[in-house]
Amino acid sequence: MNFKLKIWRQYDRNSKGKFAVYNVTDISPDMSFLEMLDAVNRNLAKKSEDVIAFDHDCREGICGSCGLYIDGRAHGPQRGVTTCELRMRHFKDGGTIIVEPWHSKAFPVIKDLVVDRTAFERIIQAGGYISVDTGSAPEASSLPVPKANAEEAMDAAACIGCGACVAACKNSSAMLFMSAKVSQLALLPQGDPERKRRVQKMVETMDREGFGLCSNTYACEQECPKKISVSHIARMNREFIRAKLF
Amino acid sequence: MVLNSKIPEGPIQQKWDNHRFNIKLVNAANKRKYTVIVVGTGLAGSSAAASLAELGYNVISLCYHESPRRAHSIAAQGGINAPKNYKNDGDSIWRLFYDTVKGGDYRAREANVYRLAQVSGNIIDQCVAQGVPFGREYGGLLGNRSFGGAQVSRTFYARGQTGQQLLLGAYGAFSRQINSGRIKFYGRREMLDLILIENQARGIVARNLETGALESYVADAVILATGGYGNTFYLATMAKYSNATAIWKAHKKGALFGNPCFTQIHPTCIPLSSDYQSKLTLMSESLRNDGRIWVPKKSGDVRNPKDIPEDERDYYLERMYPSFGNLVPRDVASRRAKEMCDKGFGVGSTGLAVYLDFADTINRNGKPWVEEKYGNLFDMYHEITAENAYQTPMRIYPAVHYTMGGLWVDYNLMTTIPGLYTLGEANFSDHGANRLGASALMQGLADGYFIIPYTIGDYLASNKFPAVKTDHISFKESGKKIDETINQLLSIKGKRTVDELHKRLGKVMYDYCGMARNEAGLKKALELIPQLREEFYKDVIVPGTADSFNPELEKAVRALDYFEIAELMVTDALHREESCGGHLREEYQTEDGEAKRNDDKYSYVAAWEYKGNGLKWDLNKEPLTFEYVKPSTRSYK
Ligand SMILES: Cc1cc2nc3c(=O)[nH]c(=O)nc-3n(C[C@H](O)[C@H](O)[C@H](O)COP(=O)(O)OP(=O)(O)OC[C@H]3O[C@@H](n4cnc5c(N)ncnc54)[C@H](O)[C@@H]3O)c2cc1C
Ligand code: FES
Repeated sequence: MNFKLKIWRQYDRNSKGKFAVYNVTDISPDMSFLEMLDAVNRNLAKKSEDVIAFDHDCREGICGSCGLYIDGRAHGPQRGVTTCELRMRHFKDGGTIIVEPWHSKAFPVIKDLVVDRTAFERIIQAGGYISVDTGSAPEASSLPVPKANAEEAMDAAACIGCGACVAACKNSSAMLFMSAKVSQLALLPQGDPERKRRVQKMVETMDREGFGLCSNTYACEQECPKKISVSHIARMNREFIRAKLF
Repeated sequence: MVLNSKIPEGPIQQKWDNHRFNIKLVNAANKRKYTVIVVGTGLAGSSAAASLAELGYNVISLCYHESPRRAHSIAAQGGINAPKNYKNDGDSIWRLFYDTVKGGDYRAREANVYRLAQVSGNIIDQCVAQGVPFGREYGGLLGNRSFGGAQVSRTFYARGQTGQQLLLGAYGAFSRQINSGRIKFYGRREMLDLILIENQARGIVARNLETGALESYVADAVILATGGYGNTFYLATMAKYSNATAIWKAHKKGALFGNPCFTQIHPTCIPLSSDYQSKLTLMSESLRNDGRIWVPKKSGDVRNPKDIPEDERDYYLERMYPSFGNLVPRDVASRRAKEMCDKGFGVGSTGLAVYLDFADTINRNGKPWVEEKYGNLFDMYHEITAENAYQTPMRIYPAVHYTMGGLWVDYNLMTTIPGLYTLGEANFSDHGANRLGASALMQGLADGYFIIPYTIGDYLASNKFPAVKTDHISFKESGKKIDETINQLLSIKGKRTVDELHKRLGKVMYDYCGMARNEAGLKKALELIPQLREEFYKDVIVPGTADSFNPELEKAVRALDYFEIAELMVTDALHREESCGGHLREEYQTEDGEAKRNDDKYSYVAAWEYKGNGLKWDLNKEPLTFEYVKPSTRSYK
């Protein structure tokens, strides 16, 4: 397969970026999107040109490092896959593909397609955990959790922190990301003692970090590679109101 | 060098308790006067950093990802072991200890393994309290599965994402300590050197991957939790960034390297389909619980698997190992798959694959049952191969997956450099010559949550630490050397990319130091590797600059170390004239092709000492004694 790629190039945080055009040939349909970029980079390297920087590591859809905005979609056209899992067979041979980094004020570009997502870190640091020191835990089976709750908590916990929800949202809201953590911990009895403080601190931090408000378009759920449901946003809102009222 | 493993006195059940009582403690109020560097934020690193910070130490943590949560541990799928015996099926600390020593083919240290089994239950308690959503039964209690060659159900799991959930649990604890100010975290930093001052590990030099700047960090002790070196093979199930640099630099500064040739090759991976492929993808071993492995009885049979009748299929594992069948340990399953393919029975376009067939299970339990249990794996397989494994058997082939070898550590997890500790996959300690499924997660968390918090205190309380700052001459000298290497790499301007050369090294390693090795092949590899290294120094091309975000440069810096470690791996494999676990030397097998150990000669840890550039390594031996689990021939028949 052959493609024309329009790729965002930006030298560093302070430079202005622009699109550059690359033609790639001989791409196998079984290649992943990142392997296709590897091929572009191999050609660039051979010409001693700066390679296109993009984040990646596990290349199996779990570490949350990769994340490209492909033809106007976070992680490209397929539902439920990350960029590293996306295969070239889903693109039209001979077509043009536009590749950009996540766009969000809260995620500044570091270089080319790599963004700084440490705002997510600070949201978690504000309270996205259960405070339990090593060694102080009770016996694991002393606290039964209904299977349905455990399963739903796991659905929420499956978030890989890639930031696609923010990239997909016209307001750059981090609601899906944050609610996944709040919801996971609210569904488990272990999370109960800190539930009020947790949601308040996390929401405060999210606002401070420059993420936008949620206007319920649900684009986040559509683009989430782990198909995390917006029902967690609803639960988080309930948690938030509860924390305020009681 | 005389190796002192510092195994405590007393019966094995009491060693750890005795030790914890006998070692020195740092007074609670004094802990804040000490600083510890923890490199790596996988299960081992993040659990260690969080636990040390909770105790009151100042922790400096670094990793090459932007976020601690992206460490390679996140990819572990199957599960984590603990002998809770919730199933009432006869499990116990003793049985887990026994299975692990035996599974490692009697090349691990008994006292360490016993301690691992002992604390493994606490790990589950800790993780549940953190909110790790383990799989549960309808009654609300924790579920278990049997996994990777164990005859009892002792594996805890969180769907197919156990590593992710455990890591996120530890990451929560870690984030809480960042919030409290006791962990200072530096992301996108790669450690490129260890700094020794007056023969104590006192700091590191790291490159800021965003700006290219070299940065110095000072502490009273240094912990490396930097994962395995499987990517030496280029193609592996490891994450792309996983690398050997941190432990290799420490090795060159004096830390002995234990059993470098012990590599685990995992049986259930998606086979390589072409040359562009950048990594191999593992599918959880749990698939072997319900899938049946077979090849056609006729070599070169290219019929569609569905058209091959039952009596023309060879379910070779079930045939050879009637009692364990498809659940034999990984080393056996991998080696037999390779053997079948080498004999021409392999399937698929390359002939380097065997079938893993779910037809019987689907007939017996229905498709929804399989879907619920393995749906995500079937989806992943489909996305990668475009094949539907509900209708046609999966094709699998073994791939490099884990390195049992690593820096040599004593019972306290300290290397031969005072004040340098190594945890998790980066050390050599608990798995001997073969790791059983679901035991790496257990080991990483045992090291980080329950062992290092005690043992490091003993060191800090027993030693004096002269005041050191980052302007110390050792940091400057190290930085200068790193600069020189980087500039050299950038100035070669040859014709081959880093990946092209690294791939060739990987091929040499797969061909001569992989699932089966022999003297001639290993000697050949010892000729080829230095040639390739030389070619690298002459012909590599690294574009970009030193003072910017430069992914090609990062790769080049890591690759240099692969070329060196590869040589040590081969040296070790060549010296060990026996077969054990993942190390099959073709010259040493039984008549029916099982690994043949030589306990009289090789019941020791090979700990290699670096002697300088271009010089041969010195071999040091830590004898292994088996008081409790008497070495026998592993039999899974
Ligand atoms: C696909 C897959 C599935 C697996 N499934 C299982 C399973 O089901 N059960 C099981 O028990 N085990 C499993 N394993 C093995 C297990 O996941 C690993 O052995 C374990 O997670 C390693 O943890 P770690 O903390 O030692 O290192 P890692 O998780 O590899 O972490 C290494 C850390 O070190 C950092 N680092 C490395 N070098 C440097 C440097 N120079 N400078 C700065 N930072 C550095 C990295 O950024 C990272 O944070 C699996 C492995 C793979 C590949
Ligand atoms: S590279 Fe890890 S999720 Fe894509």
